[in-house]
Amino acid sequence: MSYALALRCRKCGREYPLEPLNLCDFCFSPLEVSYDYKSIAKAVSREEIAEGPPSMWRYRDLLPVDGDVVDIGTGFTPLVKAYNLGQELGLDKLYIKNDCLNPTYSFKDRVVSVAITKAREFGFDTVACASTGNLAASVAAHATKANMKSYVFVPFDVEPGKLTGIAIYNPVLVTVNGSYDDVNRLCSQLTQRYNWGFININLRPYYAEGSKTLGYEVAEQLGWLAPDCVVAPAASGLLFTRIWKDLDELSMLGLVQPVNTHMYLTQAAGCSPIVNAFEAGILQVHPVKPNTIAKSIAIGNPADGYYALRVARQSGGSACAVTDEEVVDGIKLLAETEGIFAETAGGVVIAGLRKLTTSGIIKRNELTVAFITGAGLKTQEVIAQGVHPLVIQPNLESFEEVLGK
Amino acid sequence: MTLERISGGQYGQARSKVHLSPKLIKEPIIHKLGQRFKVVTNIRRADINGDKGWVVLELEGEEEDIERGIVWVTGKGVRVDPVIGDIVEG
Repeated sequence: MSYALALRCRKCGREYPLEPLNLCDFCFSPLEVSYDYKSIAKAVSREEIAEGPPSMWRYRDLLPVDGDVVDIGTGFTPLVKAYNLGQELGLDKLYIKNDCLNPTYSFKDRVVSVAITKAREFGFDTVACASTGNLAASVAAHATKANMKSYVFVPFDVEPGKLTGIAIYNPVLVTVNGSYDDVNRLCSQLTQRYNWGFININLRPYYAEGSKTLGYEVAEQLGWLAPDCVVAPAASGLLFTRIWKDLDELSMLGLVQPVNTHMYLTQAAGCSPIVNAFEAGILQVHPVKPNTIAKSIAIGNPADGYYALRVARQSGGSACAVTDEEVVDGIKLLAETEGIFAETAGGVVIAGLRKLTTSGIIKRNELTVAFITGAGLKTQEVIAQGVHPLVIQPNLESFEEVLGK
Repeated sequence: MTLERISGGQYGQARSKVHLSPKLIKEPIIHKLGQRFKVVTNIRRADINGDKGWVVLELEGEEEDIERGIVWVTGKGVRVDPVIGDIVEG
């Protein structure tokens, strides 16, 4: 049995049973899982975790699951000391958490693994999601593993690479003709009509918990240490809030020293509602119409925007937005310095990191972790124009001629 | 959420977040929505700051009326979202 006790409203604190619910009936705020931390503290230790599987499920005691888990080999991705990038940016202790290396090449495998495990526990035989790519691929892959049916809905203009990466798992793949808002409204209606486990809607509280494993891993890989600075992308804002929550949980359980991590949130300028609110000094996140190449984080009306904003402020962090040109430069910089090919969301993080270091907000000696959440092979279009190979004939003369020797 | 059938139509409820912009803040949109489309509106939460903000509404009526009402509001330039925020994720 898990140590999860109930679902609790983040705003008013009302409690609900552990069921497929996502909003407080009273104030419509998001629900989150609450735990019996006293019992967890007795059961969990650094040694016990170290003996667990080399996957996200080594932190099972901190997750709300009861039975067998649906696992396709997610987690325990590399935390790389980024010497070259650090030198370029003027940081002595820079690390990259490379979450591209999950089974479907994005961090979404963490959240989906927990959500589909719960869907099966709740007795759903069908799961569904609305996505611009990464989430849909992960849902389709996990549903296959769990022998469940899956329906995934994507906007019609999803990148071809992402569409293929979803279709290969053979879900019911639906492309929706219409604006982003049209797709949003349709999917909202679907959740009310069909008795499906909607991964990021009625299963959202459980889905959210999967994100925590990203921060747990970073702390463990740093030798049970919370970083001084975290730089992460924000779409709905959920991942950003959960990295903070998991570091806080580890501290509460005595697994790391009290946390003093500054949380830095990054968004693409073409869709930066949370950054806008941060810069305006307000707590209200006003929706925007997305217009950026960073489609995987182009959420115009972020469900957890308010909470992400609060984390950035409370932690003494900040928020910054970068242009699409800077995103492409960020992707290239990471690839050319560390050999890691990130998707556009990763470009946002690296470009944001560059801004934060150039402006002196993140200091040279601060232990900084940048989170790369998806692989670049999914969004090759954005850098394809810059590919200019040397074309030669199959002989030495031709080779040396193009080299100018 | 479909509740029951009344007079041949599907009776339903919807929860929507209506964003009010400075341009439309003075217009009684919610009142007109109820009047024109026979939709019962119930304000559950709101945050209006000066000339902009949002209102979370519960709408109750024939499903078709609710749908037409939302299309009408959207046509006025008002953004209407599901209460949870964006459902389509990366």
